[in-house]
Amino acid sequence: MTEQELRAIIFAELRKVAPECDPATLAPDENIREALDIDSYSFLRVLVGLNEKTGVDIPESDYGKLSTLETMLAYLMARLP
Amino acid sequence: MGEFRMPSLGADMETGTLVEWLVVPGQRVQRGDIVALVETQKGLFEVEVFEDGIMGEPLVQAGQTVPVGTVLAMIHAGTEAAAATEVRAAPPLTAPAAGSVAEEPAMAPVVVPPSTGLPERRACSPAARRLADELGVDLATVRGTGPGGAIQRRDIEEAATAQGIAGATVAPPTEPAPSAPGEPAAEETPAVGMRRAIAAAVSRSNREIPHYYLETEIDLSRPLQWLATENRQRSIRERVLPVVLLLKAVAKALRDVPELNGFWLDDRLRVSADIHIGFAVALRRGGLISPALHHVDKLGVNELMQVMADLIERTRAGRLRSSEATDATVSVTNLGDRGVKAVYGVIYPPQVALVGFGRITERPWAEAGMLGVRPCVTATLAADHRATDGHQGALFLEALNRHLQLPEEL
Repeated sequence: MTEQELRAIIFAELRKVAPECDPATLAPDENIREALDIDSYSFLRVLVGLNEKTGVDIPESDYGKLSTLETMLAYLMARLP
Repeated sequence: MGEFRMPSLGADMETGTLVEWLVVPGQRVQRGDIVALVETQKGLFEVEVFEDGIMGEPLVQAGQTVPVGTVLAMIHAGTEAAAATEVRAAPPLTAPAAGSVAEEPAMAPVVVPPSTGLPERRACSPAARRLADELGVDLATVRGTGPGGAIQRRDIEEAATAQGIAGATVAPPTEPAPSAPGEPAAEETPAVGMRRAIAAAVSRSNREIPHYYLETEIDLSRPLQWLATENRQRSIRERVLPVVLLLKAVAKALRDVPELNGFWLDDRLRVSADIHIGFAVALRRGGLISPALHHVDKLGVNELMQVMADLIERTRAGRLRSSEATDATVSVTNLGDRGVKAVYGVIYPPQVALVGFGRITERPWAEAGMLGVRPCVTATLAADHRATDGHQGALFLEALNRHLQLPEEL
């Protein structure tokens, strides 16, 4: 999986919980939840979706490592099966 | 024989629009079955019946707006044999064209005549309707093959395939449509109507309810550690959010202090035996709805997580059941996701209490002569002083803390 493909998967999952937002406008170091006004329940849904689409296991203690687009991409790229 | 009436789906609902009948005359219904879709300022609701029987002819047609309490249809008590005969005889439910409604003035008090642009409505399962919305299939073009000509999911799929709409068979059934349900009235958007409904409820609350407020700081290290250990053993799909522990602890504390769970009606407190927690869900298009989580005190933590997830999804998709919109006995608002420390709520009348939680953050915590850093939450109680005094409120917050410190028993 390329970084472009992974980015597309992330954007698709974010659009599911925040349909009126455009994730492409996110700055790489912006806090995703704050920028898109995503609550903890919806963020969990995003992580569940990413887990299913990428196969990467995301333990709860790592949730904080996926708070920006940049760190989310890095975290998932490094662990792709 | 019973009457199926336009329900009140909120303290300030005056009228509702019958969007669609989901059953046909002659069909046997049981208490709790969803029989109609009703639209109000707060969105679309799946309305349940509260008795067993056989549906009579509709007295109000799809598209009509009628006052709360209007009889929508009769429900006949019927024997099994009678039911079978009637079901066989049931015609497909096709509402008359909009113009013909006026020819039957005896049927029901119609406040707003149906707009002439309304398409013909037909019996259609909620899942099928959702699928049609997702795929952009016009229901008027679909031939129903279900009981009484009702439209089913596969009819939609076939129609979509026939019409060359891509993705007809792969559309995920669980994904809510992102857009607001229903069509807004010509003169106002759903957001305006929702804002007005909220305005009416909170104005009444502030006018009638003498609120008192209490707050306490709760050390969450123990419950969060317990939850982290639990979640470590689970797949991401089965993990439980901290708010579930808060909700369950509220329910248990209400069993200890039942005076905060119920309604102020006719100048007296009516304590509710059931604990249905209205859980404030913010909608992405603005506004909020507080649907009820039923019997929270009787649900285990895992079950409660599932029920809450389902309720949030359906609230945001505009697919609540009428009972969930109306029967909360107490409310909880959790503004922790928005970074606030404490929330002093406005009670939803005729309820008598609202419990608020702010953000869980690490704070300095002094205990046994030592200073440490603990994850904490500020819990607040807004309560109706006509129903309870500060003493009972204090007992409640104390009980809430006590239950949270025993997470394995939640």
